[in-house]
Amino acid sequence: MNDQKNIKNYWKTNLRYLLVLLSIWFVVSYGFGILLVEPLNTIKLGGFKLGFWFAQQGSIFTFVILIFVYVRLMNKLDKKYEVDEE
Amino acid sequence: MSVQTWTYIIVGATFALYIFIAIWSRAGSTREFYVAGGGVPPLANGMATAADWMSAASFISMAGLISFMGYDGSVYLMGWTGGYVLLALLLAPYLRKFGKFTVPDFIGDRYYSDVARTVAVICALFVSFTYVAGQMRGVGVVFSRFLEVPITWGIIIGMGIVFFYAVLGGMKGITYTQVAQYCVLIFAFMVPAIFISIQLTGNPIPQLGFGGTVEGGKTLLEKLDGLHKELGFNAYTNGSKSMIDVFFITAALMVGTAGLPHVIVRFFTVPRVKDARLSAGYALVFIAILYTTAPAIAAFARTNLITTIQDKKAYVAMPEWFKKWEATGLIAWVDKNKDGQVQYFPGKPFVGKPSFKEGKGTSGERVVTNQLNSNKNELYIDRDIMVLANPEIAQLPNWVIALVAAGGLAAALSTAAGLLLVISTSVSHDLIKKQLNPNISEKGELLYARLSAAVAVVIAGLFGIYPPGFVAQVVAFAFGLAAASFFPAIVLGIFDKRMNREGAIAGMITGLLFTIAYIVYFKFLGGTKAGWWWGISPEGIGTLGMFINALVALVVSRNTATPPQQVQEMVESIRYPRGAGEAQDH
Repeated sequence: MNDQKNIKNYWKTNLRYLLVLLSIWFVVSYGFGILLVEPLNTIKLGGFKLGFWFAQQGSIFTFVILIFVYVRLMNKLDKKYEVDEE
Repeated sequence: MSVQTWTYIIVGATFALYIFIAIWSRAGSTREFYVAGGGVPPLANGMATAADWMSAASFISMAGLISFMGYDGSVYLMGWTGGYVLLALLLAPYLRKFGKFTVPDFIGDRYYSDVARTVAVICALFVSFTYVAGQMRGVGVVFSRFLEVPITWGIIIGMGIVFFYAVLGGMKGITYTQVAQYCVLIFAFMVPAIFISIQLTGNPIPQLGFGGTVEGGKTLLEKLDGLHKELGFNAYTNGSKSMIDVFFITAALMVGTAGLPHVIVRFFTVPRVKDARLSAGYALVFIAILYTTAPAIAAFARTNLITTIQDKKAYVAMPEWFKKWEATGLIAWVDKNKDGQVQYFPGKPFVGKPSFKEGKGTSGERVVTNQLNSNKNELYIDRDIMVLANPEIAQLPNWVIALVAAGGLAAALSTAAGLLLVISTSVSHDLIKKQLNPNISEKGELLYARLSAAVAVVIAGLFGIYPPGFVAQVVAFAFGLAAASFFPAIVLGIFDKRMNREGAIAGMITGLLFTIAYIVYFKFLGGTKAGWWWGISPEGIGTLGMFINALVALVVSRNTATPPQQVQEMVESIRYPRGAGEAQDH
């Protein structure tokens, strides 16, 4: 097992990942899909208004990507600090 | 072959499959009954979670709701998917590492208190019962329309099937039937979506057809906005709810999703912490397939509905689906201006749900006895029928229509089973084993689990027969309550080592009472829209309830004793994956 300091760094890095990922989570849904929907709607993405697209499609795609990025980051982090499961 | 024959064949075949799986995977121990033995592969768990999650509301009502709400419907799309990010990042891995059977287990152990455990049990029961009522209703609607049996009988048949595999198989039976049910429901959802997308836009992928162009060179959404404007509705892509309400409802649904016990408990069934993270990812992929298709279907259905009514005009010229749904009472028409034509405008044509009297009107329509509103709208359409009627409106082959019926049943049954399991586990494990009779044998506990599952099925059925509202609305409340009770207690339990018993209990109770009071006042005791706090509707109030919960918990905990040493060590240990082992009894 690692010493106290190392394990603290593991948790800190984890919290930093969470902060970054959850910020993106917030921005694509509450930001682009709700708060900024009207300005974004003046931009066109194919047959969609952009704000509307984020609210009904784009945010969901981003959510999926976020989870898989998190899975990758954490698997690496677990290995680095040797807290992974065999 | 007729729709009805096809429906009997397809629904019959899927039911036989579920029963077969139930017998093959019946549970022999409490570990198998509660967490499927803890050995479910992440991909299978992802699929089961998706089926567990996508309820009758997702399958039957959601596209219909969006179809009528346009942009405002986004609250359901973002709300019911964004919660998985919270679940994957904030809850699932840690709860898996904790490694017990239920959510009240975690609350009870983390807050070293049987009071906390009991509060959690009550919340779990409350949320699950609210939610399961909607499922049974969904089963009833499908049966009554497609097999032309009364709603009550539909519910009784549905109860029989769920009874069989939930009581027999427990979590193990449920997990593998849910995998099968996911396949049925997603196939059933996608086939008509693809057909209709090709018909309307020439693009076989509904997500792209949604932004595609229709005959005449306009984009689908421009055409739809145009149709809405013509009839006096708000533009489809703009919506009419206030921004703050959209914000709060979305947040309540997201956080509620992450706090739903029947979803959380699915992450106890995988072997390792990293599987818990991964299976949350898979679950969201499987969910996103339906959730990105639903808004496309909504826009297609809306366009088809309006153009059908505009093209045909006269009631006597309406297509067959119109009259079939009228027969079930989910469509109704009153000829206010006596011209024999169907006028469709904003506003409700009459007060409440339609009630009919014997005999026919001058055009052959069913005669509505409700008090009429003074607007020009003559048409009542229940939102729940949009997905089910969609294939008929688009004139798809009979087998597709039957497939949709089977898909709706799969969605309703899979969710109902997951909820019933939470209910039975709460009673047999959290109440009986953990509190009333700790010395009970494993066999005895398993018997109680089965008995309480059986009782829960019956109660759920009664809720379905005498429903407290329409499907999606009932479900929406379960989220507000989950958001205001479990979510803060669990997240603080993991991320705040200083959080203690007093704080958590005070938080859960105030959050829950506040949310219930607000909902009950504005829904049942005559509160009006003008009285909403900052324009937040009862559907979105769970978000505020969650903040109140967290705030109360933080303040109270900082002014009371620190949690005991072994609890702090437990919090420390769930933060690191190594040594997760199997979900176990203590």
